[in-house]
Amino acid sequence: MSSVLELRNVRKSFGENVILHDISLAVPEHTATVLIGASGSGKSTLLRCINLLESIDDGVILLDGKEISDPGIDGDAVRRKLTMVFQSFNLFPHKTVLENVTLAPIKVHGKSKEEAIEIATSLLSRFDLLEKADQYPDRLSGGQQQRVAIIRSLAVNPRLLLLDEVTSALDPVLVNEVLSIVRDLKSDGMTMVLATHEMGFATQVADEVCFLESGIILERGPASEVLARPQHLRTQDFLKRVHEAGRL
Amino acid sequence: MEKRENEHASPWTPSARELERRQVRRAITKQKIIIASLSSLIVIGLLAAVVVTSPGFQVVRQTFFDFNYGQVVIKTVSRGILVNLMLTIVASILISFIALVLALLRTTKSAALVPFRFLATVYVDIFRGVPLLLVILLVGFGVPALRLTGMTNSVLVLGTIAVVLTYSAYVAEVIRSGILSIHPSQRAAARSLGLSQAQTMRHVVLPQAISRVIPPLLNDFVSLLKDTGLVSILGVTDAVRAAQIHASRTFNYTPYVVAAILFLIITIPLTRYTDKALHRTYSAQNAQGEA
Repeated sequence: MSSVLELRNVRKSFGENVILHDISLAVPEHTATVLIGASGSGKSTLLRCINLLESIDDGVILLDGKEISDPGIDGDAVRRKLTMVFQSFNLFPHKTVLENVTLAPIKVHGKSKEEAIEIATSLLSRFDLLEKADQYPDRLSGGQQQRVAIIRSLAVNPRLLLLDEVTSALDPVLVNEVLSIVRDLKSDGMTMVLATHEMGFATQVADEVCFLESGIILERGPASEVLARPQHLRTQDFLKRVHEAGRL
Repeated sequence: MEKRENEHASPWTPSARELERRQVRRAITKQKIIIASLSSLIVIGLLAAVVVTSPGFQVVRQTFFDFNYGQVVIKTVSRGILVNLMLTIVASILISFIALVLALLRTTKSAALVPFRFLATVYVDIFRGVPLLLVILLVGFGVPALRLTGMTNSVLVLGTIAVVLTYSAYVAEVIRSGILSIHPSQRAAARSLGLSQAQTMRHVVLPQAISRVIPPLLNDFVSLLKDTGLVSILGVTDAVRAAQIHASRTFNYTPYVVAAILFLIITIPLTRYTDKALHRTYSAQNAQGEA
């Protein structure tokens, strides 16, 4: 099975501070890879490296078999195929919901305005946000904002979706409305890499779970194994703490 | 905010406690009004008394506030202020354009634009550091002395150029500070959607930056209107110059006061209007209250 995304021995450091030591990963089409691990374990940095928001110090990143970690590559062209949703939503506050969603399809993908609005409208109505189309982001609840952010990423029809702790800034009630979108996407066959602290959710969507600790993948496998029968002591310890925090 | 209809709640009538509170609030308001009026009366009364009883009051009234003379000069001074206004409008357009280019150059990361970024920095350093009056004198008297073919000798045009040179540097810095104030996460979001560096600037960073710096920009443009009075030194017959001509003939300074009032008539509504416009944009985009 060919992988949409493949990482080989990726290393990333900020000065002396090595964030990712040696990360190798393969994400086959229509699968979801879930990154778990404590804050500071390198999950976000890994996603930012995949999205070329950070340059890596060693190793190779391949998208559909083509190397994208080459410095000479057109980063904009790569990012047209993989989009990222952030923990802090990062909607554009000066644009309405509809404008947020249609911006990239019009400006980057050369869609006509009518076409872009049509795509945006169908996505917004599918996820129950059509009535918010003309509102500015600050009028929306956190959960609504994050759903719009996800829709904004979907509107460009990405090959790969990166989700960086998309529910960490939300209260428990709002978490669910965001997660249900991601579940829908998963059943649509969207290829995803996501970092999350929601272990129950990870169990539901993950084809592979990777436990990161200090920049290396300590343990990986199906959720039923990593989350239910962790082999490594650190993984057990981490999951125990998560469990105590009431997130499992 | 979403409105939630609660069908189970009975129609609301204020409780006795609430009615009591309202009465207290009314009493407090009343008290505040009385205190404010008394205090204003005393302060303004004292000021007036000091001014009126000052030994030079009669002379000042005649030489600065001669109503009849004011009516005589208002026509020429108004014609002068139209020159200031025209100059301000033309200069504003040029300044906005040049300042935007300077600000973009100073924040660019493009390798090809490095020399321009350097030049823009030098430009801003120079024109922010030299007094406007000197720039006006240097341009107004220096440029004609070069005897360049095709170069105008019109003092109005040269004065405008001088003002534009200086203010572009100021305004560029204001816009640049706005650009730098936009959180990097906004760029990250735009870039991760595939927008290029330039598109990110054009559609995401700049619109937010500009609306954020509108108050300081307005400040600069009000300043600009006032500083157009400085070109009078080149002989441009603006409001200041027109008032000066009258005053030096009669040794009565009422024309200066007339000019000052005319400036205020333009600047005060301008400030108020922008405050309102600003409030509208912010309240549309920001539901976090105004505390």
